[in-house]
Amino acid sequence: MSEVTLGGPPPAPQVEEHHEHHPFLQHHFEDLGQQHEASTLGMWMFLSTEILFFGGVLAAYWIYRVMYPEAWAIGAAQQIWWLGAINTIVLIISSLTMALAVRNAQMGRRMGTVYMLIATLFFGTIFLGVKMYEYTKHWQEGLFPGAAFTFQWPQNPALVPKIELFMTFYWCLTGLHALHMVIGAGLLIWFIWRSWKGHFGPEYYGPVEIMGLYWHFVDIVWIFLFPFLYLIHGAHHG
Amino acid sequence: MSSLTLHDVRFVEPEATRNYITQDYGALSWLFTKDHKRIAILYLISITALFILGGFFAVVMRIELLTPEGDLLTSDTYNKFFTLHGIIMIFFFLIPSIPAVLGNFLLPLMLGAKDLAFPKINLLSWYLYIIAAVMGLYIIITGGVDTGWTFYTPFSTQFSNTHVFGVTFAAFIVGFSSILTGLNFLVTIHRMRAPGLTWFRLPLFVWAMYATSIVQLLATPVLAITLVMLMFERVVHVGIFDPALGGDPLLFQHMFWFYSHPAVYIMILPAMGVASEVVAAFTRKKIFGYQFVAYSSLAIAFLGFLVWAHHMFVAGISVYSAMIFSFLSYFVAVPSAIKVFNWTATLYRASVSLMTPMLYILGFIGLFTIGGVTGLFLAAIGLDVHVTDTYFVVAHFHYVMVGGAVMAYMAGLHYWWPKITGRMYPEWWARLAALLVFAGFNLTFFPQFVLGYLGMPRRYHAYAPEFQVLNVMSTAGASVLAVGYALPLCYLLWSLWYGRPAGPNPWGAVGLEWTTASPPPMENFHETPVVTWDAYDYPAMMKAMGETQNV
Ligand code: HEM
Ligand SMILES: [Cu+2]
Repeated sequence: MSEVTLGGPPPAPQVEEHHEHHPFLQHHFEDLGQQHEASTLGMWMFLSTEILFFGGVLAAYWIYRVMYPEAWAIGAAQQIWWLGAINTIVLIISSLTMALAVRNAQMGRRMGTVYMLIATLFFGTIFLGVKMYEYTKHWQEGLFPGAAFTFQWPQNPALVPKIELFMTFYWCLTGLHALHMVIGAGLLIWFIWRSWKGHFGPEYYGPVEIMGLYWHFVDIVWIFLFPFLYLIHGAHHG
Repeated sequence: MSSLTLHDVRFVEPEATRNYITQDYGALSWLFTKDHKRIAILYLISITALFILGGFFAVVMRIELLTPEGDLLTSDTYNKFFTLHGIIMIFFFLIPSIPAVLGNFLLPLMLGAKDLAFPKINLLSWYLYIIAAVMGLYIIITGGVDTGWTFYTPFSTQFSNTHVFGVTFAAFIVGFSSILTGLNFLVTIHRMRAPGLTWFRLPLFVWAMYATSIVQLLATPVLAITLVMLMFERVVHVGIFDPALGGDPLLFQHMFWFYSHPAVYIMILPAMGVASEVVAAFTRKKIFGYQFVAYSSLAIAFLGFLVWAHHMFVAGISVYSAMIFSFLSYFVAVPSAIKVFNWTATLYRASVSLMTPMLYILGFIGLFTIGGVTGLFLAAIGLDVHVTDTYFVVAHFHYVMVGGAVMAYMAGLHYWWPKITGRMYPEWWARLAALLVFAGFNLTFFPQFVLGYLGMPRRYHAYAPEFQVLNVMSTAGASVLAVGYALPLCYLLWSLWYGRPAGPNPWGAVGLEWTTASPPPMENFHETPVVTWDAYDYPAMMKAMGETQNV
């Protein structure tokens, strides 16, 4: 900031602590440690908001499940359980690659981080692909609620509105989850670019770690959705 | 430190005039600011505009209610007016009021920090607010909405032919603005306190904001998801809350009130925080029972989550759950009462200086007490069956929300106005306005307790002729109240140019915010303060002041 000095000796070269000049240290934090702690805490708080967000619709799901157990079982039987199982495995693997990405960032391995993030993105995309396939199929089978709902249950037609209710929750829950995946994928692309630029290293890996928290959270949500939506069919095997 | 430059020495204006307002000029420097003080100003302007709009609807409704016949507005328009009034006042004015304006401005100052933890998210939350507000305005212009601010199903999802989707979407968005504010505050309080500023040295305003933020963080997402389900039901025509399709409308009410009861604490906890600051400053005493007041904020935040079904006593919940929720509702009044007793104890035998902020706070304590005690009436199941959905409820919640929260907001605005703007407001006019507000408020709302007890239902544009006298009183009071609110609008603006310069600490108050210039510089403090004293340490301060005078 100084251009012209007013007499006296020339300014001494700036000998401040290395970390205070880190390019990603925001001006209102004292040091990178404080910045890291604040961002991590912020993400945990955001996740607690998310828990209540999903918790609300899961609570509603659960209440109706208790009210209409049979319709819920029939609805679950309409899902292809092994597609859900594949997606579960895919997401668990993606969580592993995400964790490895964090590790690589901590160790300062630039390309390792990039590859692991790309792998995470890859598995995330597979998940979304499978989900799209399921959605298309449901749509064709008349399992989208509302006017498009043409699904029949001749054994007991009175159950149809309740099966529709199940499918309403199915679409709401998986839709919100998929939306979180899409956002996560967008973030991953940005993080791949940043790691490739070499932004992260042993003293500054916080953002990757926080991205990881988000990604793991979205995975865990799926770990709950999978049994709730696919595996509760009881006697009604699909 | 870098050495002096020519620039520094010769061409720079004196320190005091370079502050967060004069740092940069031009609209863009405001619209893209990340400074918490500037964002607070953005919020101040926006919520004031919406307060005026919400007030407009209220005034027209009160004029309609001058006569028993529904002559000024059709019943449909009246429905829209009370809906829009409620939505604007709750979601767009009162919930953001103290947190987003005063909290935003003061929290970093009180903590000795340069800014909130996430300045960009802070700006984002204002933009979300504005997007939602613009959506709301668009909806008002194109026909409005008539569900009541509670959006009860199945009316909102199956029957109403107004803009339910748009308005719930706007409420959804403004909810995220509120969540982000809360998140930002929580992290800031945890991680950005100045050295030495331990938890029990924090001003009680900070404790109140902390408790508020917890509620914002944990209750608002439930409203958000409830509104998502409502929108889904309305657009796709499914029956999540529609009994004809297997759904249950009571579930909507449970989920709505799971948010909206705690939300009343989003509105009142910050007000309690302001009350503690102002009482301490104008009695020059420590707040009696500091720790009790601090913990009671947390207790309110916690207990507030357990009482929601007291809004549903007549909606068809079981007698047993009604009894449990009634019982728990009595509990939630305890921490509020603790606060009132502690403020009273602080005032006891103090020499109270009756400046405007203190006048408002005295009003707050009295009116909040009336509001809270009538809340206990309502929490008694038997009595509630008699007065639910009557003007008694209207009076109750206006006593807490307007008599309580808005009064405290006005107190805080006056108390910190010199800090925010660097200017004093005109004391005489401000006292006059405070008295008008107090008188007008009581004249407006006290008759409504009587009206409700006599059986006048809420949410109708016409009423039985025998209720007219009390309604005329209420409308007369509303006119006084309107003048009381219009005055500050004028003299506060006036003071920006003609007010007496305030200096850093016009009230002689303790608290880090008073140790920096008014208006504060962009970075708040030139050096990070180190705190070695407790909150409200007036005795020590007075001693120290004596010492400096001796020097
Ligand atoms: C002392 C603690 C309180 C208790 C026990 C209490 C109790 C109640 C009860 C039982 C009702 C329902 C009345 C009915 O619908 O029949 C009610 C309504 C209401 N209360 Fe309170 N309350 C308390 C404090 C507050 C506070 C602090 C606020 C706001 C800042 C507030 C705002 C409201 C609102 C907005 C309604 C009406 C909601 C509607 O139907 O539109 N209350 N209160
Ligand atoms: Cu309540």
